[in-house]
Amino acid sequence: MVWVPGIRVRHPYRVVTPLTPIVSFSEVGVRRGDRWALRDVSVGIAPGLVTAVVGPSGAGKTTLLRLVNRLDVPTTGTVRFRGDDAATLGSPALRRRAGMVFQRPTPFGGTVRDNLLVALSGGRDDVLAETLRRVGLDASFLDRPAAELSGGEAQRMCLARTLVTEPELLLLDEPTSALDAGQRAVFERLVGELVADGLTALWVTHDLDQVRRVSKRVLVLVDGRLVHAGPTEGLSDRPEAMTLFTGDPAGSR
Amino acid sequence: MTGDVTWAGLGASLTLVAVAVGVSALLGLRLERSLLWAAARAIAQLLLVGWALALVIAPDRPLVLSWLWVTAMTGYAGVVVRRRAPEIPGVVPLATAAFAASAVITLGVLFGLRVFPLTGRTLVPLAGLMVGNAMSATVQAGRRIVEQLRDQRDEVEARLALGLTSRQAARPYLAAAVRLALVPQIEATRAVGLVFLPGAMTGLILAGVDPMDAVLVQAVVMFVVLGSVATTTAVVALGLVGRLFTADHRLVGLSRPAA
Repeated sequence: MVWVPGIRVRHPYRVVTPLTPIVSFSEVGVRRGDRWALRDVSVGIAPGLVTAVVGPSGAGKTTLLRLVNRLDVPTTGTVRFRGDDAATLGSPALRRRAGMVFQRPTPFGGTVRDNLLVALSGGRDDVLAETLRRVGLDASFLDRPAAELSGGEAQRMCLARTLVTEPELLLLDEPTSALDAGQRAVFERLVGELVADGLTALWVTHDLDQVRRVSKRVLVLVDGRLVHAGPTEGLSDRPEAMTLFTGDPAGSR
Repeated sequence: MTGDVTWAGLGASLTLVAVAVGVSALLGLRLERSLLWAAARAIAQLLLVGWALALVIAPDRPLVLSWLWVTAMTGYAGVVVRRRAPEIPGVVPLATAAFAASAVITLGVLFGLRVFPLTGRTLVPLAGLMVGNAMSATVQAGRRIVEQLRDQRDEVEARLALGLTSRQAARPYLAAAVRLALVPQIEATRAVGLVFLPGAMTGLILAGVDPMDAVLVQAVVMFVVLGSVATTTAVVALGLVGRLFTADHRLVGLSRPAA
């Protein structure tokens, strides 16, 4: 419930202006043994669109993503979700608001229904079927053993499993790298539809063409440092950013 | 006839060790030295324990000596578990706590419900039986849990990422490990008497006890083992969640065993 001058508005969500980042990193560093996996990263993630995270292997892309749902924690600095320090939100609650899809599909045992019920215990079949529909799988999939799904179907089931928690943000860690071109296109279209419906996505990828297809903004990480953040459009005109995120070592400093 | 074994009898039974040594020599197994050393150790240890037991559980001794014996045994069992499964983090306090919990429950039932009278003669061997079995089960279940959570890290983190708490995320792996520890006990309990006569019963019958009495004791013994394995592994499983996950529900890094 929010007070707006003159009108009393009932609203289930916190009211945020479009300029408020959904996630913000301030001076974030992550120490791994004797090296920094991430160092001094400060950036905000705009809501309602896809931000691509690119950079060479080992640049800290996955770590950046895992800081958002606290599968990893920062050594220095603060990660905020909708303005609140992620450390104070309680990991299980935070993770339901910031759902993650991993690089390889991670089907659990049992049927597709069993998988969705892990995320939504006691969920009714019509709710589960509706979620499956959002990822392009029909209700008959509910009774299919998860282990028998194709790679693309399994990854879409994992997306559906995350969606049943009704997240505000999707953390996508190279979700299409194990899929063929056809399944990759389906996955990209589905995420596009979800974002059009109001979700935000942070999408780690190696694929330059995918960045152009799916994202509005892009973050470039090299060696744990954020070297570029800006709109995807026009990125190709910036040669130094291009060399950086194709992973060419000559461009890494 | 009773089974009173004389010193001469013990000496004669060493022929069987000689047979094993002969087999080893014949097949070039190079186990002769180990066999002889093991046999010698077994005799020495048993004699020592027998002597100490006689001191502790003699009817005129205070019961507190028996309790001390049980406490020391429980602590030592925790150390043995660490030696056998060093990859389980914080295993000594965890295992010791689990054995203690199991002791309270099994000994509570046995003596609380007057299955046996509470004397040194009953307490020490029953507690030993309980802890011995709990020890193997702890090693097995603990190892299995660590191994599963390490090898299935992606799946466990996928569960955590769905907003499950560490205990919820670990549950399938804990259940599998506890099940694995219990199944052999269930099998043994079911097959008892049909296939083999268990050690306790064999010993009692050899020592001249009436087979019916031996059967009753054996049944109780089996249930003690079953109960203690179930309690211990459950405590270890739940305790390990606290070790393998952080308070804010992250899975800690798990190293592979050195060996």
